[in-house]
Amino acid sequence: MSDLDNLLASREMVLVAGSGGVGKTTIAAAMGIAAAQRQKGKILVLTVDPARRLATALGLEEVGNTPVRIKPAVFKQAGVKVRGQLWVAMLDTKAGWDELIRRHAPDDEVRDAVLANPLYQNITSRFVHSHDYLAMEQLHDLHATGEFDLVIVDTPPSRNALSILDAPGRMVDFFGSRLLRWLTVPYRSRLFTVASKPFYQVADRVLGSRFLQDIAEFFVLFQAMESGFVKRARSVEALLADARTAFVVVTTLETAPSHEARFLAQELLKRNMTLGAIVANRVLPNELAGAAAADSAEALRYRSGRKLAESLAAQLDDAPVAVVDTVLTQLAERFDDVALVAARETERRAELASLSPVMLDVPWLAGDIHDIAGLGGLVDRLRVDLTEI
Amino acid sequence: MTALLDLDMLWVTGKGGVGKTSIAAALADVAARSGRRTLVCEMDAKGALAAALGEDDLGFEPTEVSPNLHAMTMSTEDALREYLRLFVKIPLIGRIGPLATTFDFVADAAPGVKEILGVGKLCFEVRERHYDLVVIDAEASGHIVSQIGAPKVIADLVQVGLVRDQTQWMLDILNDPARTGVAVVTTPEEMPVTESAELLQRLTAETGAHASAVIANRVLPMLFDRREQVVVEQLESALPTLTAAIGPGAPMVLEAARLTDARRRTGAEHLRWLQTELQRDAIHADLPIITVPELFSRAPGRRVVSLIADGLAEELDVELG
Repeated sequence: MSDLDNLLASREMVLVAGSGGVGKTTIAAAMGIAAAQRQKGKILVLTVDPARRLATALGLEEVGNTPVRIKPAVFKQAGVKVRGQLWVAMLDTKAGWDELIRRHAPDDEVRDAVLANPLYQNITSRFVHSHDYLAMEQLHDLHATGEFDLVIVDTPPSRNALSILDAPGRMVDFFGSRLLRWLTVPYRSRLFTVASKPFYQVADRVLGSRFLQDIAEFFVLFQAMESGFVKRARSVEALLADARTAFVVVTTLETAPSHEARFLAQELLKRNMTLGAIVANRVLPNELAGAAAADSAEALRYRSGRKLAESLAAQLDDAPVAVVDTVLTQLAERFDDVALVAARETERRAELASLSPVMLDVPWLAGDIHDIAGLGGLVDRLRVDLTEI
Repeated sequence: MTALLDLDMLWVTGKGGVGKTSIAAALADVAARSGRRTLVCEMDAKGALAAALGEDDLGFEPTEVSPNLHAMTMSTEDALREYLRLFVKIPLIGRIGPLATTFDFVADAAPGVKEILGVGKLCFEVRERHYDLVVIDAEASGHIVSQIGAPKVIADLVQVGLVRDQTQWMLDILNDPARTGVAVVTTPEEMPVTESAELLQRLTAETGAHASAVIANRVLPMLFDRREQVVVEQLESALPTLTAAIGPGAPMVLEAARLTDARRRTGAEHLRWLQTELQRDAIHADLPIITVPELFSRAPGRRVVSLIADGLAEELDVELG
């Protein structure tokens, strides 16, 4: 079995993380297909905001919080053989929050009051990185139902990849925070607290007491849901560190994404979470950075006269010698740019490989992947054992 | 449409990782070199702007990093301190530390409060005409709408108080297309162009701010014209001859050019898609797409900013002093 198949067979949850735009969604979808090819069970890919064409390819147009199965006919048509079932669900943040409120509200009154609060949507979209928390919540839910053998999560793009790891803890902190306690003490008695008096006077003048009251009211409602939220957040936290959970860090070998990937990998290790693999996406062939290629480019640059162009032109259909010569010059001139990029990538790849037990490379492919057949091809690339090369 | 550098305030945003900070620094550099007194401000205090300008550190107090070019990073606490001093006239200098921390708690939870302090500071610089142009290395596209839209949110949610009273003059500046513009930076890749199109829609729908340009960064040069393209494709069949002449690396030399060209073509498709998207909306139909070439250089820094600035000056038709 390849490293990829081992990873997917030995876990119940795989979280695909990394900075935005590196191809997380595509890799998560490919891993889902890989698992369905080798395993007989039910595999779920929980995805967030996939690139539209990929969504269409997976038949995802109408998908919401509820998992749907990708029809066997779709795989058959693409020539991809699967043994298991592949299910897909998309994360819907707004609906997700409403669901949470419904679940944790102690009674209908609190529930309706929160849902109707004008600050509700504004605040939930802002505080404690709610997207991240919701992704973790949904994962917990799906895992708890025991309905799936493997859940692969395409984590939400976040500026700091770590925020997904910290999201449950932050939720717990939030409920224990001074802010919440302070805001929910009845308005009047707060005025007489000596410590908060100067602050309150300023806040009152700057923000207006009406606005502060609106906020306080919202948080009083919210606090009624504390025990439910905190309990859930704690079990979500435990799930992340569970031995059945592994992280896959996806990155390209460009400066910013690989920097973030390295940081994320190090943090995972520090927190005793399992780093299953690092996937380097859109990798240039490393022979580009090799001596043979550089020597040839140099030989081409310092070729004398048009003899080479002439002998090549003779082998091509109707190619004028002058055009062939221009092409040769361009090939030589432009080679350094690409070789430089390839050399830098090789360095970064080595750094990342030292952090992870498994390193998977996906070569740069012309065009984006937007159908099941394309994803199948990607799976084959992920299965290549690099140590054998 | 007002030329980019003739605005009073230019917000530079885009998906994370597209080179937003380098572009913002380069735009400010072009403005300063063309004789405009310019302020460039980093909103997220990650230190990327200091690195781009070759400075060790930047603070809330602007530093003149080169003639006419002043740079700063936004700090909510300092903005609050200045705000209280200027508008509330409360001399709380000694006690502001813990006060600001508590304020931070509230600001974190209350929509728009934190943002409006930063936006307010920049609008204040514009209103007082301290600079000819203020360039803002703004939040990434996910957050720019709540940043630039903060005064509107506050105006909608907060009924009374000083903050409420002051949203109007800010909105006057932010919503005037002759004074304030947004430049959306993208790279010719699928996710960034998709996000740029969505951002432009949200800007129009949720804020009163106007887009001024799309800046396509890291665009690969065209290597071959159509006739040359044909030759490149056919060269595969003549590889033995090429290898005999220049050595065993010949296939890789050819591959390098092919990869670059394929990448360029995919990129061009994405930019065409973006252009079509823009034209579907009358408001954005005339939005210029400014191109900045791929520089193949190392880490972003002063050198990269100068090179981008030279390119931008040409694209924007600006004479540099």
